[in-house]
Amino acid sequence: MKGNEAIAHAAIRYGADGYFGYPITPQSEVLETLEALMPWETTGMVVLQAESEVSSINMVYGGAATGKAVMTSSSSPGVSLMQEGISYLAASELPALIVNVMRGGPGLGTIHPSQSDYFQATKGGGHGDYHLIVLAPSTVQEMADFVALGFDLAFKYRTPSMILADGIVGQMMEKVVLPPQRPRRTAEQIKEQCPWAVTGREGSRKRNVVTSLELDSAVMEKNNERFQRTYREIEKNEVRYEARYTEDADYLIVAFGSIARICLKAIEDARKEGIKIGLVRPITLWPFPFDAIREAARNVKGILCVEINAGQMIEDVRLAVSDRVPVCHFGRMGGIVPNPQEVLDALKKDFINK
Amino acid sequence: MKDEIIIAGFGGQGVLSMGKILAYAALENNLEVTWMPSYGPEQRGGTANVTVILSDEPISSPVLDTYDTAVILNQQSLDKFEGKVKPGGVLIYDPYGIHRAPTRTDITVVSVDAMEATIEMGQAKSYNMILLGALLKMRPDVPVEAVVRGLKKALPERHHHLIPVNEAAIRRGMDLVK
Amino acid sequence: MKREDIIKPENKVYSRPRLLDDNIMHYCPGCSHGVVHKIVAEVIDELGLEEHAIGIAPVGCAVFAYNYIDCDWVEAAHGRAPALATAVSRLNPDKVVFTYQGDGDLAAIGTAETIHACTRGENIVIIMINNGIYGMTGGQMSPCTLEGAKTATTPYGRRVDLNGFPLRVGNVVSILDGTCYVTRQAVHTTAAVRKAKAAIRKAFLNARAKKGTSFVEIVGTCSSGWKMSPEKSNKWMEENMFAHYPLGDIKDTDKTE
Repeated sequence: MKGNEAIAHAAIRYGADGYFGYPITPQSEVLETLEALMPWETTGMVVLQAESEVSSINMVYGGAATGKAVMTSSSSPGVSLMQEGISYLAASELPALIVNVMRGGPGLGTIHPSQSDYFQATKGGGHGDYHLIVLAPSTVQEMADFVALGFDLAFKYRTPSMILADGIVGQMMEKVVLPPQRPRRTAEQIKEQCPWAVTGREGSRKRNVVTSLELDSAVMEKNNERFQRTYREIEKNEVRYEARYTEDADYLIVAFGSIARICLKAIEDARKEGIKIGLVRPITLWPFPFDAIREAARNVKGILCVEINAGQMIEDVRLAVSDRVPVCHFGRMGGIVPNPQEVLDALKKDFINK
Repeated sequence: MKDEIIIAGFGGQGVLSMGKILAYAALENNLEVTWMPSYGPEQRGGTANVTVILSDEPISSPVLDTYDTAVILNQQSLDKFEGKVKPGGVLIYDPYGIHRAPTRTDITVVSVDAMEATIEMGQAKSYNMILLGALLKMRPDVPVEAVVRGLKKALPERHHHLIPVNEAAIRRGMDLVK
Repeated sequence: MKREDIIKPENKVYSRPRLLDDNIMHYCPGCSHGVVHKIVAEVIDELGLEEHAIGIAPVGCAVFAYNYIDCDWVEAAHGRAPALATAVSRLNPDKVVFTYQGDGDLAAIGTAETIHACTRGENIVIIMINNGIYGMTGGQMSPCTLEGAKTATTPYGRRVDLNGFPLRVGNVVSILDGTCYVTRQAVHTTAAVRKAKAAIRKAFLNARAKKGTSFVEIVGTCSSGWKMSPEKSNKWMEENMFAHYPLGDIKDTDKTE
């Protein structure tokens, strides 16, 4: 099963209430698969092809306001269009899941894989002070698993979360074990878990209003302080990463998503040559695993940050280690994916044969 | 066991679906699999290739620079991938439309007249299955029975009546390898 | 006779609708929004929909509609109300969902959302106040600004060679197969208010009966933006706006079927 298809299957099995999306390569299989599976006949999940990404995200915003588990997916240019709605979701403290299967930019760019939306995803993207929880899958299995994780974290912290995948993991097929089918939440469960939700003002309850607008600056500052407390809480509890071969490593590679797998092969090939390289793969790009990288970098001579972009995550890696360890970037752009040999050559050039 | 395979040719020749059927067959045989296409807007006529990795251990990189096995369906792909077959590896190609044949001597080069056989069989759509047969003969990673089960998964139900034709093409392809 | 002797239930001839809060409205004197808010509150109450109605507020002067009408609300981004309403309605088919928008919000930045919600025939009510101006941002030209009308961005009057023609939104959505009821009303006289209320009531009933999209355009005034007294605004509206935006039903599938 393709990564994009796994997202669709996992959404139905999570018991998602709605998906709203617009076709764009390389992620159209998400919408196509959902339409083919017709979950409205089985779980009652709503699937709708919107007229644009702008509408998709605003449908997500409307659906999320009613306490439903709703999601969308797109690829880079489409996710740029969604930034308005994502900012509103964050400001209104609404849970939702957004999937970005990145392609190369800027502009219309290329339909081929890229990781050049790292800044957009992790540093805000839209206007205002906010963060998304950003999950970076490296396997089709993680594409499936992160749907439930993304939704659960979104509801736990009342904040939108994003699966930041790339064209490789979206388009590639591999073995995947799908989670068991969960029932969709009932209207009663939603009212209990989401007392803020717009569900119709019943009985003596005061009306619920979901809004991001607050013209009183003092109140708006308080709102922002509340958002920031949530973000600190997420930073404390939800950092996720994978570390491989770091115990005896002389060098460290930091890479996320599918590129981490290419690096892993490079690392395994290098071990055959006697070069000891470790890997830290951030799974949550926000919150970023600063401590894990600092720890893994304690005894290394250099860090290579491998990303298929011009060097974005490298800024966070440098923050993690300050100036104590030299950090270099290796990446390709425009949709080109480096192979393991290129990664190893880059590491040798930067740190071993300089 | 690990086989790192590249299948390359024109879009429309069945490159991606050949890889997909092989991938499903390997899944049926309890192997780890990755199937990574070069995707593009050119659904027909452009170049297309797919990397399929079969292994009995977890697979790290789905993207490779060298391959154990190459199945080549046109000249551009031959030019691009001949040099990327690992020494001792296997290169299978259809000489139809090839004007510059492979020259390497450190790999096993197998020429399979798949187009000719396809025309003879009158089954244009099973062209890729003839080459898959040749691949399975050279690299018996999965038994033909698993491939037939894989076909059932890879093909939509309305095409299941074509499975016997495809199986025949696979066996024909196996026979074409001398 | 003292004031207290007069204020008694038996003497009551008129009161604020039950679902209209006593929050002081921020609207300018002469603005049509207050009257339309009152109608919406009355209709929701009279149809017994207070537990089922969900409003989608716009960006524009009516952004704070949620402070006045006592039902659940979501505040949309500029122009996106029909997209929100689509999802709220589809995910909660037992609710009656309405948007409340201005002509700038709906017919400029929100054109795509409007056209596609109407063409899908979402079971929602869309109420659009057409006062031909962006009121909240300080009186700029809107899609419905009349030719020759002076605004902050057309200080010498709207010129069609520069700014195009004023958009008849009701007519545009009436040709879409998903709309079941499209009407254009006003609220400048008692008779007009009665008709507008009947129209909004019909629209809510259509949504409850899942007949498709109902679109109620209310031609209204913006005394501040038009820089006219409330009285003169009404007169100017009658003489100029109604000529380009004639009142009455544009489409009613109940009657054509």
